[in-house]
Amino acid sequence: MTSIIATDTVATRANWRLEIEPLNDHEEAEIAAQIEHYPQPQAATIEALKIVQQQQGWVSDGKLKAIAARLQMSPDEVESVATFYNKIYRQPVGKTVISMCDSVSCWIMGYQGLAQALTQELQIALGETTADGAITLLPTPCLGACDQAPVAMVGEQRAHRLTPATLIHLARQAQESTP
Amino acid sequence: MTCTHPLSQHIKADGSVTSLAEYRANYGYQGLAKALTMSPTQVVDWVKNANLRGRGGAGFSAGLKWSFVPPIEKMPGQRYVICNADEMEPGTFKDRWLMEHDPHQLIEGLAIAAYAVQADTAFIFLRADYDLCAERLQQAMDDALAAGLLGEQLNDAGYSLTMLLHTSAGRYICGEETALINSLEGKRATPRFKPPFPQVSGLFGRPTVVNNTETLCNLPHILYHGIDWFAGLGIGDDNGTKIYGVSGRVKNPGCWELPMGTKVADIIALAGGMQDGVQLRGFLPGGGSTDFLTHEHLDLAMDYGTIQQAGSRMGTGTLIVLDDQTCVVGMVLNLIQFFAQESCGWCTPCRNGLPFIRQILVDIEAGRGQQDDLDHLLELCGYIGIGNTFCALAPGAAEPLQSALKYFRDDFVAHIEQGCCPHSQATGVAAEAGIEALEQGANAL
Repeated sequence: MTSIIATDTVATRANWRLEIEPLNDHEEAEIAAQIEHYPQPQAATIEALKIVQQQQGWVSDGKLKAIAARLQMSPDEVESVATFYNKIYRQPVGKTVISMCDSVSCWIMGYQGLAQALTQELQIALGETTADGAITLLPTPCLGACDQAPVAMVGEQRAHRLTPATLIHLARQAQESTP
Repeated sequence: MTCTHPLSQHIKADGSVTSLAEYRANYGYQGLAKALTMSPTQVVDWVKNANLRGRGGAGFSAGLKWSFVPPIEKMPGQRYVICNADEMEPGTFKDRWLMEHDPHQLIEGLAIAAYAVQADTAFIFLRADYDLCAERLQQAMDDALAAGLLGEQLNDAGYSLTMLLHTSAGRYICGEETALINSLEGKRATPRFKPPFPQVSGLFGRPTVVNNTETLCNLPHILYHGIDWFAGLGIGDDNGTKIYGVSGRVKNPGCWELPMGTKVADIIALAGGMQDGVQLRGFLPGGGSTDFLTHEHLDLAMDYGTIQQAGSRMGTGTLIVLDDQTCVVGMVLNLIQFFAQESCGWCTPCRNGLPFIRQILVDIEAGRGQQDDLDHLLELCGYIGIGNTFCALAPGAAEPLQSALKYFRDDFVAHIEQGCCPHSQATGVAAEAGIEALEQGANAL
């Protein structure tokens, strides 16, 4: 592991120097089940990242290193995959992620007005998390529900035909249900 | 009674899922049963003769695609079939509709494809955020396995099939079949050089076939009803039905299964026509990476050849309607922003060209455009066109832009001459905020 730390020159990666954060039993078992599906363990990289994220909310440097060790890869290889995909979070996110579709049909149907209303209401910009850690707001590519535009994912629920009022209501609901 | 809407016949208005019992009550899994009594070569020929063309956008014959897989005698061992359910084309929602409502149809179709090429493992590569699809597909796969419709010893010859669901972590480029294969191997989803084609060396270096969801959903019906029936469904040059969709400012956006070759105007009429107070100006016939068409094309048949002749592509068959209250520059900017963000970054024309184009469009939309910007945009469209890039992402991104410059050039000129977006009264401060967000690159996390 020392060689990786030594070659890491990115200043913002201070946390990279942290030790491995071991996988918990659940993560270990789920990842092992996924590895079974493929002829080589590396093929389970994306599944492993998603399993950890499901448990932790995001993928920390320590967990990423643990995944690398489990899949017999270097942490840099796992990082190259983790940072490629939109839905792997390498920073902590709020308890509920609101992904607002910003693609063409939703844009025509009023995405910009929705985004403006919600960012104002929550006092955060797109890509940020509320101070109480309840909500992260992200723009997202086409959610494949263009007939119901504008749409957003509030956690794992798809919300349809949004207006500023209904979206703000859903966001406040999510915020209130956060302990 | 003749079956005229095979793909949507089980889809219920209340949005609930078709159970295995319901599916089997109406010849469900009998197409697979029939295929399993035929030789794999016979199944390939059957589908080739039906001329089932790929519904993911390219329109390539599915049977022909399969026939490039080397015979099992010549290349024994593991081979794969993958369902491309990475539906991320802007404006496209047909595969979600099929999977959410009738997952067994896809599972049966995928099993038929797997048998045809003698694959022992089949993957469904499902895009991120299709959580309801994932839940329903997994349940349906579990039910089919428990009922002995998947798994070991499916016919007397001992054919066995394992089917697995992979949910993606989100990237448009995963829809490109070689990028999809890399993604399934746990790598960054960059496309691969062809040849070798996946049919010879694909997933883990083994023969692999990738078919679109809607394409696969056709297979049970083609096997069960036959080739003549399938040919009789289309009303133009192409066979079968098509899931067409409409989004944008229409009264009743949605998707419908119609005869392949239905007129554009008839599809938009099903969507209830335009909303009150807005007029149609144009449309993208099949998703965000297809060229704009306009009024003069409303009477065209929506099939591969006709739309191509008109200078666009049928693509996914899901129309996005442009109305007279929507800024065309803003709409194209939105599309280019999508493609620039979703570029995998592998080749220079795409990685660098799309952000160049985006910046010019941001300037035009913000009223900072220059007279020579339009020529520059067309020049850039050429640089990112077919033959200059590693895959079809950037050439696809150029399509709405180059056609907007052809049909709606006056809109671009008005932005430059007036020094502002003429639609800014309609979109107002929100448009300004959108531009600001773009300039700050607010999409990063």
